[in-house]
Amino acid sequence: MQHYSGFGLLKHSLSHHENWQRIWRNPTPKKKYDVIIVGGGGHGLATAYYLAKQFGVTNVAVIEKGYLGGGNTARNTTIVRSNYLWDEAAHLYEHSMKLWEGLSQDLNYNVMFSQRGCLNLGHTLQDMRDIERRVNANRLNGIDGEVLDAQQVKEIVPILDCSSDRRYPVMGASWQPRAGVARHDAVAWGFARGADAHGVDLIQQTEVVDFIIEDGTVVGVKTDRYGEIKADRVGCVVAGNSSVLAAKAGFELPLESHPLQALVSEPIKPILDTVVMSNHVHGYASQSDKGDLVIGAGIDGYTGYGQRGSYGTIEHTLQAIVEMFPIFSRVRMNRQWGGIVDTCPDACPIVSETPVKNLFFNCGWGTGGFKATPGSGNVFAASLAKGEMHELAKPFSMFRYHNGALVDEHGAAGVAH
Amino acid sequence: MTQKNRLMSGGRINRSKPLSFTYNDKQYSGYEGDTLASALLANGVDIIGRSFKYSRPRGIVAAGAEEPNAVMQIGATEATQTPNVRATQQELYPGLVCGATNGWPNVDNDLMGLVGKIGGKAMPPGFYYKTFMYPKSMWETYESYIRKAAGLGRSPNEYDVDIYDKMNQHCDVLVVGAGPAGLSAALVAAKAGARVILADEQNEFGGSLLSSRETLDGKPATEWVNSVVEELSTFENVALMPRSTVNGYHDHNFLTIHERCTDHIADRAPNGQVRQRYHRVRAKWVVLATGAHERPLVYGNNDVPGCMQASAVSTYINRYGVVPGNELVLMTTNDNAYHTALDWHDAGRKVMAIVDTRKNPSGALIEEARNRGINVMVGSGVIEVQGSKRVTSVSVAPLNEDGSRVTGSVIKIGADTVASSGGWSPVVHLSCHTGSRPVWKDEALGFVPGSTVQNQFTAGAINGEYSTEGALGQGVESANDVLKALGLDAVSIALPDTDEPAQSESMALYHVPHTKPTSQAPKQFVDYQNDVTAAGIELACREGFESIEHVKRYTAMGFGTDQGKLGNINGMAIAAKMLNQSIPETGTTIFRPNYTPVTFGAIVGRDCGELFDPMRYTAMHAWHEERGAEYEDVGQWKRPWYFPLKGESMQDALNRECLATRESVGILDASTLGKIDIQGKDAREFLGRVYTNAWAKLAVGKCRYGLMCGEDGMVFDDGVTSCLGENHFLMTTTSGGAAHVLEWLELYHQTEWPEMEVYFTSVTDHWATMTIAGPNSRKLLEELTDYDVSSENFGYMDWKKMTIAGVPARVFRISFTGELSYEINVQANYGLHVWKALFEHEDKYNLTPYGTETMHILRAEKGFIIAGQDTDGSVHPFDLGMPWAVSMKKPFSFIGKRGMQREDCVRPDRKQLVGLKTTDPNIVLPEGAQGVFDPNAPIPMPMVGHVTSSYWSANLNRSVAMGFVKGGSERMGEKVYYPLVDGRTVEAEICSPVFLDPKGERQHV
Amino acid sequence: MLHIYCPHCCEYREEEEFHAKGQAHIVRPLDPDACTDQEWGEFMYFRKNPRGIHHELWVHAAGCRKFFNVTRNTQTYEIKEVYKVGEKPTIVAE
Repeated sequence: MQHYSGFGLLKHSLSHHENWQRIWRNPTPKKKYDVIIVGGGGHGLATAYYLAKQFGVTNVAVIEKGYLGGGNTARNTTIVRSNYLWDEAAHLYEHSMKLWEGLSQDLNYNVMFSQRGCLNLGHTLQDMRDIERRVNANRLNGIDGEVLDAQQVKEIVPILDCSSDRRYPVMGASWQPRAGVARHDAVAWGFARGADAHGVDLIQQTEVVDFIIEDGTVVGVKTDRYGEIKADRVGCVVAGNSSVLAAKAGFELPLESHPLQALVSEPIKPILDTVVMSNHVHGYASQSDKGDLVIGAGIDGYTGYGQRGSYGTIEHTLQAIVEMFPIFSRVRMNRQWGGIVDTCPDACPIVSETPVKNLFFNCGWGTGGFKATPGSGNVFAASLAKGEMHELAKPFSMFRYHNGALVDEHGAAGVAH
Repeated sequence: MTQKNRLMSGGRINRSKPLSFTYNDKQYSGYEGDTLASALLANGVDIIGRSFKYSRPRGIVAAGAEEPNAVMQIGATEATQTPNVRATQQELYPGLVCGATNGWPNVDNDLMGLVGKIGGKAMPPGFYYKTFMYPKSMWETYESYIRKAAGLGRSPNEYDVDIYDKMNQHCDVLVVGAGPAGLSAALVAAKAGARVILADEQNEFGGSLLSSRETLDGKPATEWVNSVVEELSTFENVALMPRSTVNGYHDHNFLTIHERCTDHIADRAPNGQVRQRYHRVRAKWVVLATGAHERPLVYGNNDVPGCMQASAVSTYINRYGVVPGNELVLMTTNDNAYHTALDWHDAGRKVMAIVDTRKNPSGALIEEARNRGINVMVGSGVIEVQGSKRVTSVSVAPLNEDGSRVTGSVIKIGADTVASSGGWSPVVHLSCHTGSRPVWKDEALGFVPGSTVQNQFTAGAINGEYSTEGALGQGVESANDVLKALGLDAVSIALPDTDEPAQSESMALYHVPHTKPTSQAPKQFVDYQNDVTAAGIELACREGFESIEHVKRYTAMGFGTDQGKLGNINGMAIAAKMLNQSIPETGTTIFRPNYTPVTFGAIVGRDCGELFDPMRYTAMHAWHEERGAEYEDVGQWKRPWYFPLKGESMQDALNRECLATRESVGILDASTLGKIDIQGKDAREFLGRVYTNAWAKLAVGKCRYGLMCGEDGMVFDDGVTSCLGENHFLMTTTSGGAAHVLEWLELYHQTEWPEMEVYFTSVTDHWATMTIAGPNSRKLLEELTDYDVSSENFGYMDWKKMTIAGVPARVFRISFTGELSYEINVQANYGLHVWKALFEHEDKYNLTPYGTETMHILRAEKGFIIAGQDTDGSVHPFDLGMPWAVSMKKPFSFIGKRGMQREDCVRPDRKQLVGLKTTDPNIVLPEGAQGVFDPNAPIPMPMVGHVTSSYWSANLNRSVAMGFVKGGSERMGEKVYYPLVDGRTVEAEICSPVFLDPKGERQHV
Repeated sequence: MLHIYCPHCCEYREEEEFHAKGQAHIVRPLDPDACTDQEWGEFMYFRKNPRGIHHELWVHAAGCRKFFNVTRNTQTYEIKEVYKVGEKPTIVAE
């Protein structure tokens, strides 16, 4: 793999950038792999990267029906934080956070992870109780967090209207200084480049149309472009399509796929340094390095695979943003879009064995998938390498919906499901 | 300053109305009818901005929505600052103040330009992914410089002074775009009597006809436009909307229109007027007549001010009477752009050359150019221009047949303006918003709308039909298609004769080759706003970014505020060539709303501030206001939180309220509790199914507390339900949960048990509820009623009908404080009257109003839970220590029964709700504190449950708390520790949650 | 923005008046106590969630408060049919 650096850029500029290596190969798939990962989004690529790099499993293919990182990786609002309430979720997301903190250097690819902090605002007494509860849990779990009052919030974000005459005044917030944002596309590309360098075959524009299952054990996949490809283990990481693939393998998942919309303003000069989220007025915002205000809210109520939702959701989101930041009233919305999020009943993911042997699913991240990318890939890789679930993944078995051991993170999920 | 580029005559400007405006602190003048862009060009302003990455000087390129460069900061005051307004779409008004968004110390001499010049070579696409990684700690420093350099305009720092409106509209057909196709479509639909909305983003209707010199029926085309607009305005079934951009096309033919009502008058709307209005339109049918944008060609240094779209040059000449230069070189792949050279020539300025990339162009327009003595250079291209702040000369070279390489020697021609045309790109954006993919049409050299599930027709240039005659015809055709779908008779109208010369075939050329390879040639810009070059796109492809989406994301092509209207197709063509594919194989990226940016305020309308969410008040609110209550938001309700006396702290007030209630009598406004009237012969059975406890034997006149669970067995609401009659019950719910509970009941009734005869009606707002609690509450009640309220006649958990203060009331003897207590319900409009009547006895009984906080303290002293505070959706009744509220023996398997018996729900070490007594009685545990058994354990510490409720109890003179503890019900008397944020660790003993009057004697008097 | 025909009001109304309530035709087991944990979990949580034709339950929440079924394409968002609770759809996925 060609090493990237500022020096390299200067050197290549002398040869007019004509000699850069391909970032990844475009291989024809082999007949058989040790592991096939279905889905070349951030989680799938991270899985492949860690499988090859950390666990030494390099005979791996990632099969992607479109282009790498083209699903929710390309559509999210890039927030990274780990201040989840329950131990199980907190440990998983904090595992991810720690990987984020060295990711650019590990990948030799600048994913522009920027720890500008995240505020989760409280607007009611119950919000503040929940914030206290979560921050206390975070701290005892070794995750940074503070409870701020309205005055302290105002000091961090002076443009936030914290006055008491708003409809739902800001009473305080939780503050995770290590939280932040990253450049979403770069995450997929960085993992893809790293995986490719370790010998993983990245197969794009190829759809897995079925599984080959013998005696309840998966032995490969059928693709639209290359026919059958065999594998000892298959991991599915196909957010927005998980139920469809599960149906092909003969089982249902406790998922509903909903549109999740986001929008950006036109680029403006730096004015918002942190991530500000509010469950209660229902909107969140940060500002990208390019200057866009990146804004999101909740999911649409109906299920949908159309990568678009209803205009009413956008309206409500902007009402919330202007309610929080009245100075943005004259700023203009540039573009809106939607992703498809697979939501679980307890707002926590499924990283799990399935009723089919050697077939594993990693799905159901709801609105919280991007922040988990390295951690999810890492524990899924460990599980695929060993054929048994990683300790951090165990609480997220799909079978918890049978015995009732749910991990209810609706409060911490950022947006209501 | 004189308007050196203004023609003596012509254009649609009002020369009798000169206007002055300020750009970058300097005064200029223009005319009414100008756009800011045409006025700047008239004044010879070349540089209107600096590019985002290389800080190169930029000029105006286009004349409409596709303009990438002229993005200005507008506003005369701080509160009216508006970032990123496109000068080509901003009408000039007197006193307009604007400035460039980038450039230091100013836009003409920007120091960042040096950085761009020196460092530009090391800043290919994606350079930031390849650097700024080491040392790790430096990233945020690097990033702060990147952030400073980015961004266009700035947000205002003050609140918006303008107001915005929203309007819902319905129509039979929404015609988008009022060019020749849209006008003819609207006229046909109007004549048939259909309800028509005709919307166009420009200040006047006419579209392309406003900018050309063509004739219709032998007269200037605008005369035909005027006659059609005049005719349309006579129809009552037609709404004409100029300055109204259809920005989004959503599912089921829902479209949004952004109408700018006063932006052409001033930066602040005149008093009483709305600045912008957002229309939410449900259209039975849509006719998209959105036209096409001209594609400029991609060549070396094509961003130097003076390089423009050919059609824009014509627009400035014909519509605004402005010639944006002196010496023109036109480069074209088609006949149509010859109009620009003719317009320029006829304006009296010099056409240095027409550079036609085709080998043998022929036709009337070419002849006309030659006849005027214009030098037509065929089979050639402008491969680069020279000049830094304005074009000074151009390099022209012969090209091979398909335009892929330079075949001969380069000649230089002096010129200050280069107009280029690579053909047209249909404006397919709206048609793509609902997921329809556009399809490539070879004859049109552009993407046209693909198949759609929406009720949509298209007409004119959007279909690749670029002639006026064709557009007019398709307008009529599409409108008749709509009429047919609506079941209306077809209408025919007389279309005017056009005078368009026949045109020969255009050449498919997007990127003009240079003598040097693209990577070494001068920068050839594809997307001006994001500084995306042809070399950048080629590099992306070389690096393996082969999907057009990857190219777009890696180079940032199309991510600007113009969303790639000019550059996208050129970029795709360049990528296609690199990848040895056709353009349709390469595909296009997806267009999303908005077509052009929309003010947040316009989308928000009035739905912010106090109208952000409706506020609900109780009937006694005015009284609470008078008494200076502090409020708590509970759902949409404003509930009194506590009633401080002058100079009293919150804790003082709470202590006083709590003591007064337990010593004499307190009163709470409980009107916000949800109330659902339930009737029907199966009502009782229904209650038994939705509550966890038994209801079969509840007698008329009795009340009972119940827990409501989901199918998972987890508690989600609670409340008291009273039996009003054998088949009649009144259910109460939590204040915030009422709507959800009602929908829950309806869900089960309508979908699972429709055979049951039961009816649910929300009566929350019908009743005002006041709770009087305390040892003197009976005496107080007796002051207002003749009814026998003695314990013998009116026992605990009974309810009675009586007259109170002269009005009929239902009184429930239930208690959430553990005191003798009555909940008085009267018709809401009598609420304040009864409340005041009670307060006539204020002094006698020290009647003390209390709010939600005292209510919480009083109930916590008694160990009563609050659903939503002591529950979180993950606890069942046994976790709450409330097995008495569950009847496992009921014949019907009630909702929640099966769920609470799942494997994980019967673990003995689940977290259970217990009382918590701090060892130091003066410490009040923070709610949300997390408990541990071993305070010395290392982090991560095993947590055993959190504090849900915790207060200072003035009655007990110590703190009281409740919380969850793992296996807590078996750990009575054991210690649990709470390591707090401030570093303290608080020790507490696990105890019964009932701190006061454990035998319940106080409420049974 | 969906435009939904309420079969009880017999009118098209805006999406904002309705709430989506998930997959339709999920029948509560007649004898919950006889269900295994797995069966009960499947009833509560496991869903078809198809891409394409989907039968879903909606409620006219800010209207007549009636529940009804909608057959909708979850890819194109086209509503193919609405029908009352207790009725069977005439349009089903192949």
